Amino acid sequence: MTLLLQYTLIYASVLILVALGGCFSEHSGVINLGLEGIMVMGAMGGALAMKYLTGAPSVVIILATIAASALVGLVYSLLLAVACINFKADQTIIGTALNMLGTAAATVIIKAINTSANPDDVSSVVQYIDAKKSFIVSFGRFDFNWFMLVTLLLLIAAYILLYKTRFGLRLMACGEHPQAADSVGINVYKMRYAGVMISGVLGGLGGIVYITAGVSEWKFENGVVGFGFLALAVMIFGQWKPTRIALAALLFGLFRALSNVYSGIGILSMLNIPSTVYNMLPYMISLLVLALTSKNSRAPKAEGIPYDKGAR
Amino acid sequence: MNKESILKKPAVQALLSSLACIVLGLFAGFIVLTFIDARGAASALFDIIRNFFRYPSAPVALKYFGNTIVKTAPLLMCSLSILFAYKVGLFNIGVAGQYAFGTGLALFAALHWQLPWIVCILLACVGASLLGAISGFLKSYCNVNEVISGIMLNWLSLYTTNMMLTVVKETTSPYTKNIVNVNHSALLPNIGLDKLFNNNQYVTVAIPLAIVLSILVWFVLEKTKFGYELKATGFNKHAAKYCGMKEKRNTILTLIIAGALAGLGAAMFYLTGYEQWQCTQSSVPGMGFNGIAAAFLGGLHPIGAIFSSLFIQHITEGGAYVDKTLYCSQISDLISSIIIYLCGFVLFMKLALNKWLAKRDEAGSSKDAAGTGKGGRS
Repeated sequence: MTLLLQYTLIYASVLILVALGGCFSEHSGVINLGLEGIMVMGAMGGALAMKYLTGAPSVVIILATIAASALVGLVYSLLLAVACINFKADQTIIGTALNMLGTAAATVIIKAINTSANPDDVSSVVQYIDAKKSFIVSFGRFDFNWFMLVTLLLLIAAYILLYKTRFGLRLMACGEHPQAADSVGINVYKMRYAGVMISGVLGGLGGIVYITAGVSEWKFENGVVGFGFLALAVMIFGQWKPTRIALAALLFGLFRALSNVYSGIGILSMLNIPSTVYNMLPYMISLLVLALTSKNSRAPKAEGIPYDKGAR
Repeated sequence: MNKESILKKPAVQALLSSLACIVLGLFAGFIVLTFIDARGAASALFDIIRNFFRYPSAPVALKYFGNTIVKTAPLLMCSLSILFAYKVGLFNIGVAGQYAFGTGLALFAALHWQLPWIVCILLACVGASLLGAISGFLKSYCNVNEVISGIMLNWLSLYTTNMMLTVVKETTSPYTKNIVNVNHSALLPNIGLDKLFNNNQYVTVAIPLAIVLSILVWFVLEKTKFGYELKATGFNKHAAKYCGMKEKRNTILTLIIAGALAGLGAAMFYLTGYEQWQCTQSSVPGMGFNGIAAAFLGGLHPIGAIFSSLFIQHITEGGAYVDKTLYCSQISDLISSIIIYLCGFVLFMKLALNKWLAKRDEAGSSKDAAGTGKGGRS
């Protein structure tokens, strides 16, 4: 049972981080479908930091990994920002392109690093298992992961930033009615850049948490198996509100965790359901939940529409 | 007529912007290659573009060209699926899952039930269109974004397909049994095309069928009332509704047709016996996502898609020939994803081109006016 709790919390952390990223981007008016690609790139940055810092003190590893994945995510999200804000490109195409590009680029880069170190090594795996231990503090059978605390702090920060600061309220105005925001002197383009960049930081962090959540090493050519989109489902289910997103993420995290630990739970292993069914669970639940809750969804009104100063 | 009028034609502009995407995409790929290892960058890029032309003997090259077009047929079907839905304002990202599920049904019918190919194709088509119908239903009645439901269905259908095909897999490998050994009647007929490609037995009726279907898609979209209604729904569903069109029905129908096209593509590839499905596959087949690249690169035109699919498949195959000690084959995925990214800028490029043309016209006409003024005086 502790194992289930542990996996639920860690997967919920991933979903909270990435869904908050999507939330900031959409509140500013840009639909970020490229979260999946941002996650992969952020994961790559973090994993490389862990690889090269193996043996350093824990604090250094933790801070450097967080900084590296956030930074890579941020830089990568600029590709979305430039295309969708300055060039008014179709946000769906760009998001999809970023997802494909993220996986392809990370695979190419990791493989190039691996083969240059050892010509026979053509895998797309980064060795970070030793460095990963710095993140984990064991309390009896429960492995506490520092990422859980980081997520909690960021969740609180996101809530305050969005609802209690001038910046957050302005950001939301840009996603609801950009012309009105512009008329009172808010720079819509800058705000949208800020929204997308925050989503890059949070998406990148979510990526590194995701790939270190499992036991084994992560193959980069697999991408993040739809987690970016699960996070978007969590965001919609959470009605674009940080607190509700957190609750939704816990629910989805539970279903994802079940596929890792079901064999250890007496009743579930006795039912003898094939493991594939557990793998399918999060996707099934999210489809179901979306079908039931989307009818009355309160999405930011101007999301997905490029802002054109001259338009009426 | 002078040169300007050619540049103003939409078809020419579409072609130009696609070519610009390709050139920029290849250039970006070259930069990445140089960063990894500058020594082999030029030759690696050359390998990718050259693909089967590397074989000096014409018959061998012809055979490999056959392999490329065998894989182009499903890619073309996927890109048709994308562009058909896109014309109606829907982004059918579920194409990858529809393709996977189509594969599952076609192979299961062929290997387990031992059915003839025509039934296998129909089953794949119906199954995949069912997935499209789910997305369409959720979109029009539950307000679920088709991109998100599509992604969820992608994973669900990947797992379902893996489960289904594990029944008919080889006992010693994760791959499904070879149709050639199990059920000859499920193989697509060659109708003599294999002879054209140096007895490449994988070249089948699928290739002409794919071309016929792309012409059919063009015909339906551009020349029929049904296609007009669908496009009207895509432009503005409220306007379409008030004109008496059933906008919900149109949305669902569009995704059903898009799904059917993807399912057909899957059957048209796996029933050639060219490749077997790997039942432990952990990611959805890339064919669907490459289809997005092909659809946009082809300027969202069914006929353009034929050429763009061929190009995308050509560089994907070419990626297998790069020097493995320096680079990995994913480099061609990288290039095609950069091309998709650049396709997002096509609208902007056309806008810039038109602005430039207008400016040049203005300058030209004022010069003409000046010229005639002078002429009048002399």
